[in-house]
Amino acid sequence: MGLSRPEDPDEGPAATPERAEITGDVPWTTTRLDHLLDQFVNWGRKNSLWPMPFGTACCAIEFMATAASKFDLARFGMERQAFSPRQADLLICAGRVPFKLAPVLRRIWQQMPQPKWCISMGACASSGGMFDNYAVVQGIDSIIPVDVYVPGCPPRPEGLLYGILMLQKKVERERMADKTLRTEMEADPKSQLYIPPSVIDEVSEPFGNSIHQTRSGL
Amino acid sequence: MSSGFTPVVPGGASPANTAAPASPKGIPHRSGPANPSAQALQQHFAGSVKRVEVVWGETNIIVDPPRVHDVIRWLHDDPSQRYDYLSDVTAVEFRDLERPIEVVWHLRSLPYRRFLRIKVLIEKGATLEVPSVWDVYKAADWMERECYDMFGIRFVGHPDLRRILMWEQYREGYPLRKDFPLRGRFSRSEQLRQALAINPEARYSMEELTIADAFEDLPADMKRRLNTGEKTGE
Repeated sequence: MGLSRPEDPDEGPAATPERAEITGDVPWTTTRLDHLLDQFVNWGRKNSLWPMPFGTACCAIEFMATAASKFDLARFGMERQAFSPRQADLLICAGRVPFKLAPVLRRIWQQMPQPKWCISMGACASSGGMFDNYAVVQGIDSIIPVDVYVPGCPPRPEGLLYGILMLQKKVERERMADKTLRTEMEADPKSQLYIPPSVIDEVSEPFGNSIHQTRSGL
Repeated sequence: MSSGFTPVVPGGASPANTAAPASPKGIPHRSGPANPSAQALQQHFAGSVKRVEVVWGETNIIVDPPRVHDVIRWLHDDPSQRYDYLSDVTAVEFRDLERPIEVVWHLRSLPYRRFLRIKVLIEKGATLEVPSVWDVYKAADWMERECYDMFGIRFVGHPDLRRILMWEQYREGYPLRKDFPLRGRFSRSEQLRQALAINPEARYSMEELTIADAFEDLPADMKRRLNTGEKTGE
């Protein structure tokens, strides 16, 4: 303290107007009407996300603990669990997704009306986890777009709640002026993939210990 | 009120003074008393029972592949055996190249409180075909399908031998075989592409549904598909 140092170029004023434009940190006292309207709409949306649990494994048990009385998901506007994709805003994919379930998960996502978000809960949904084998999808982001990844095997309820709060922050910063916000994911009509095959192969490369697990040949 | 159903009493066929079973202790690895059914089988199917071994108190009987259906049929029907419960059908492949593939049936006799393991050895390179026991135990239906799905063993006489765990258009082979790489044969993107091409609603066959009663309530397109005998596995 007390030492003068040259001003760090990275530590400028906290929110220049351009920066506020990008991050959405518009002060509440703004006079711009569209931002006011955005803030009002987003405030309503983020506090009434209706989750649809897509639970396939042990993460679903943690999700149930999150929804039960001790952790109480209802505090965050999720009192109503939607067990139908048509009445849901938020898909929480909890657990591993085998290839056989991939078309089902994609159809459920397509059945959800906009606006919609997705949380990938746990290591298996996010990356395949320990199931680096012939049967399990290596990350559901190769099937549907994901907004928030919650790591853990399985994540604690606090972890899931933190992910939900992060998603609420994301919802808070949405701008209706952004025309790309609600565009549906378009899959390649031939292959039904929406990211290039080379990217899928690259991100699902074996890594870490799992490169020693392939039992090929005899 | 009369019904043809007679409940099976566990141990009901044992002599009246038989003690209730307790958890066995101190079982030798190899030299235990064999299941009495083994001796009966050796008398009835003298040439077909190749070997009887007792491992950890459980009796394995290695049978000639073509006769396995007759053996299991006899074990099920004969009043002195009454193996009324098929608990598993599976297969074992060993890393050793010379060692044959084993197909295993786990039989249980509730009235006599007996457990018997029937095995068939199929040499490497031979056709993986064994007779189906579906006509003896209806429980064999899905177990044989699973065994076919995972090992590629064809159960001759099974009414509807299709994949059950993997989807029916699965082209990569039989996952539990030793020559199957753990991650599958295709690249991840190709696997995903093929998986997304599955129609999840088109996997039923008339044999699986056996919903002749509910047929009229089905949607029109499914009725049409079933009427044309369409199966997705072909």
